[in-house]
Amino acid sequence: MAAQDIQHSTLSRTRHFSWYRVQKTLSKVLWYFFLTALGIIFSLPFFWMLSSSLKVEARIWIYPPQWIPNPILWQNYPEALDLMKFWQLLKNTLFLTTVGTFGIVLSSSWVVYGFARLNFPGKNLLFMVLLSTMMLPGQVTMVPQFILYKELNWINTYLPLLVPAFFGSAFYIFLLRQFYMGIPRELDDAAKIDGCGYIGIWWRIIMPLSKPALATVTVFSVINGWNDFLWPLIILNDANKFNLSLGLATFRGMYSTQWGYLMAASVVILLPPIILYFFAQRLIVEGIALTGIKG
Amino acid sequence: MLSPQTFKQFSGKGKLKFDREALWGYIFVAPWVIGFLVFTLGPVIASIGLSFSDYDFFAPPKFVGLSNYIELFTRDRLFLLSLYNTVYYVIFSVPLGIIFAFLLALLLNVKLPGMNIYRTVFYLPAVTSGVAVSLLWIWLFNPQFGLINYLLRSIGLPGPGWLVDPTWSKPAFILMSLWGVGGTAVIFLAGLQGVPTSLYEAAVIDGANTWQKFRHVTIPMMTPVIFFNLVMGLIGSFQVFTSAYVMTGGAPQNSTLFYVLYLFRQAFRLLRMGYAAAMAWVLFVIVILLTLIQFRLSQKWVYYEGEMMR
Repeated sequence: MAAQDIQHSTLSRTRHFSWYRVQKTLSKVLWYFFLTALGIIFSLPFFWMLSSSLKVEARIWIYPPQWIPNPILWQNYPEALDLMKFWQLLKNTLFLTTVGTFGIVLSSSWVVYGFARLNFPGKNLLFMVLLSTMMLPGQVTMVPQFILYKELNWINTYLPLLVPAFFGSAFYIFLLRQFYMGIPRELDDAAKIDGCGYIGIWWRIIMPLSKPALATVTVFSVINGWNDFLWPLIILNDANKFNLSLGLATFRGMYSTQWGYLMAASVVILLPPIILYFFAQRLIVEGIALTGIKG
Repeated sequence: MLSPQTFKQFSGKGKLKFDREALWGYIFVAPWVIGFLVFTLGPVIASIGLSFSDYDFFAPPKFVGLSNYIELFTRDRLFLLSLYNTVYYVIFSVPLGIIFAFLLALLLNVKLPGMNIYRTVFYLPAVTSGVAVSLLWIWLFNPQFGLINYLLRSIGLPGPGWLVDPTWSKPAFILMSLWGVGGTAVIFLAGLQGVPTSLYEAAVIDGANTWQKFRHVTIPMMTPVIFFNLVMGLIGSFQVFTSAYVMTGGAPQNSTLFYVLYLFRQAFRLLRMGYAAAMAWVLFVIVILLTLIQFRLSQKWVYYEGEMMR
């Protein structure tokens, strides 16, 4: 196999040697060179974070910096996690992210079925309103929403962070609609003839067929829920209820120069979205392309 | 003409069915409509009223007319400063981000092995946002021991004070925003891959070289995507908050006091709810005006398929 390749390539080289080919190979090499250089620059911050998280306090404050920590110190991890009450914060974050994502996926896909498949007077107007809410800066509603939650006695509870998720999110509705429009209508009609109601069509036909799109929404929603900061900051004031983002910000306030601890905690908090990204890369990339291009 | 629509009008059964569909349509969109009324429209209306009042939770809201708005534009030096800081940030980070993302997408849009790995590397920073990333950048920007100044010094450049120097703090945020352009690059990449090859073939037949193909095929076909990213980038970067809150809190000398950070401070630190609501409306008007201007200008430079090529 390899021998054949070599033979083939020598053959083609002797036959078709030309400056054009040299130029082509050279431009390929240059191309890879550029990409690799940029790739290294893009990855350096992550490398720096990891390296700092494994350093003894004394080794952090050295110039020029050590690239590979010596000695490698794992101790920052258990100590930092313990000091920031990591497991409690993780439990809170997992709860918020899971319930929030469940609400968003279920409600958004329910609402989209109405917008994408059913006809009713005023539909286009409602959809225009939905699109325009995506342009509205969140700050316009932030203050009155906070007052509403205060009136409802929801401050320092998870309700303001979870309840709105069950009413559909404009961005995800928009994303799902692009996908729903592509599912053949004959399927709906066939199900209708078989005596299936609208809820049945939504649950038994549309939901299973739109799994890739729902997975995309799930991934986006999980990453957003994981990183959520502004609303927890406004709503929660009991440290036992904080999510990881808020806990990390508080932790930083207490250990503002302990970079070994801070970077160790950051590595742990960034790891889940990164792992999720590696597994769901295709879904994320397609989701972004779908909203960006066909919008 | 005999269409299903006209058929329905003549058969009683069809009409009934149509109504049933409409009813179910409303049932399906109802959650969003309720959510919109409670969490968006209601607050929007309340916010208008609030912006003409003083309210701090303790005393009932007091109507004060235009005084919040007047104070914003005449007496509040910090407000004007926060507006300036934000505009500075937007003016640099949005165009630079778009150019950078576009170049990145061009680099990635070749049929060579390994492009998926590179795409992963460039996109990764975009999935990681929030507090952890902000902490990382504080440490990267550390004037004495940070990685960035180490790299600058090793190529013979002086390392500025970044987050502790009022002149360099905003550029620091802009630099950080460029690290996250992967998302925009992915949108560009999808756009590039959607340009029909027949257009390039036609250009080659007309004798176009690589630059001419880029200039007269790629760029015009990509203008809708550039426009989309411009509009979304502008709306997004006007709302920069988490990184500023975590990294500087507005310091040094209020040089990174961005709009939303100041709004947050007025609302939740000083409890001036009415004043913050007025600020939110000013932000909304700015964003809407800029978006409308962009839509207006877009007629001059954005090419949509189906239009005649000039």
